[in-house]
Amino acid sequence: MKCRVCREPAVIDVRRHNANFCTEHFLRLCRDQVGKAIDEFGMIARGERVLVAVSGGKDSLAVWDLLVELGYDADGFYIGLGIGEYSDESGSYARAFAEHRGLNLLEVDLPGDYGYDVPSGARAARRVPCSACGLSKRHLFDKAALDGGYDVVVTGHNLDDEAAVLFGNTLRWQSDYLGRQLPVLPARHGFPRKVKPLVRLAERETAAYCVLRGIDYIVEECPMADGNKHLGYKEVLNALEVASPGTKHDFYFGFLARASERFRPEAEAEQDDLHPCAMCGAPTVAEVCAFCRLVERAGGRGSVT
Amino acid sequence: MGAVKVLLRNPRREIDVTGPVTVNDLLTRLEINRESVLIIRDDTIVAGDAVLAEADAVEISPVISGGAG
Repeated sequence: MKCRVCREPAVIDVRRHNANFCTEHFLRLCRDQVGKAIDEFGMIARGERVLVAVSGGKDSLAVWDLLVELGYDADGFYIGLGIGEYSDESGSYARAFAEHRGLNLLEVDLPGDYGYDVPSGARAARRVPCSACGLSKRHLFDKAALDGGYDVVVTGHNLDDEAAVLFGNTLRWQSDYLGRQLPVLPARHGFPRKVKPLVRLAERETAAYCVLRGIDYIVEECPMADGNKHLGYKEVLNALEVASPGTKHDFYFGFLARASERFRPEAEAEQDDLHPCAMCGAPTVAEVCAFCRLVERAGGRGSVT
Repeated sequence: MGAVKVLLRNPRREIDVTGPVTVNDLLTRLEINRESVLIIRDDTIVAGDAVLAEADAVEISPVISGGAG
């Protein structure tokens, strides 16, 4: 296997590009794809302050590294979710990454700062753990960005994540979700701008980027995610991808180009109903936002800002 | 006679596979989708057509993560 660019021995094949790459040119491909996504969708302007949501996993550490490589001013934000040893280990990877590169990592600890953890919060709110986790993270990312004066929140969602979410939303025709499944969500109604610079990179590529850049990340899957639907959708899509390389890319980018606009009115209608949460001031369609209700049910504290 | 030592994750376990074998054939033999893993030897990625010799030790590192939030 030879590198498409230099004809030296390749370390990885990217079948949807019908190409193989050596280490140097694969890393360049990753930087180019992230730069292209940022430019194509107008994600981040030069000079803006960026907050990267960091989990200690491959995607968030890769996107943080890539943004710094591309010259952006990016701090990290890590949330301790209280998921036993998994959280201890993932936090140590995030801290080691930041320390090694001299980057600024902000931290919030759910048990220490809010009095609950993801397992207990999920039980109390009668949500599946991934739902309670996602809800908590979205609220705290928004709050950290607004409190810290950041212009944009970056998440490590990759092509596989977006294709799998799109697959799930399409199976159920969740038109409001489809209307806001975009690589950029503009700042509005008290939400900061949120962007996904990894949408042009598959999951296997972000993992390869970390290995080839010497970035240590948590490989073990979150114990709370075991058997969730999202993983099942990814398996289905990967089975299609092996048979027909480029399927995930065509599914997601075809949706963005030819279908997402059709669902926009429903997503925007929901935005019109937003008003400040009676407890914390975050935008919500209810009197009290879902995060404050979760904290209250879990017997936590600190939901009032 | 040696064997290729293969470390698998989630759950973590080690198996022996008769070599020599290419990375792609190893994945086929183990019924693992090549889109969902990287093969790592000596801290770097091994290409699909690379031949794993007996006494090689490799890790099949999963790349799929479950977070959608």
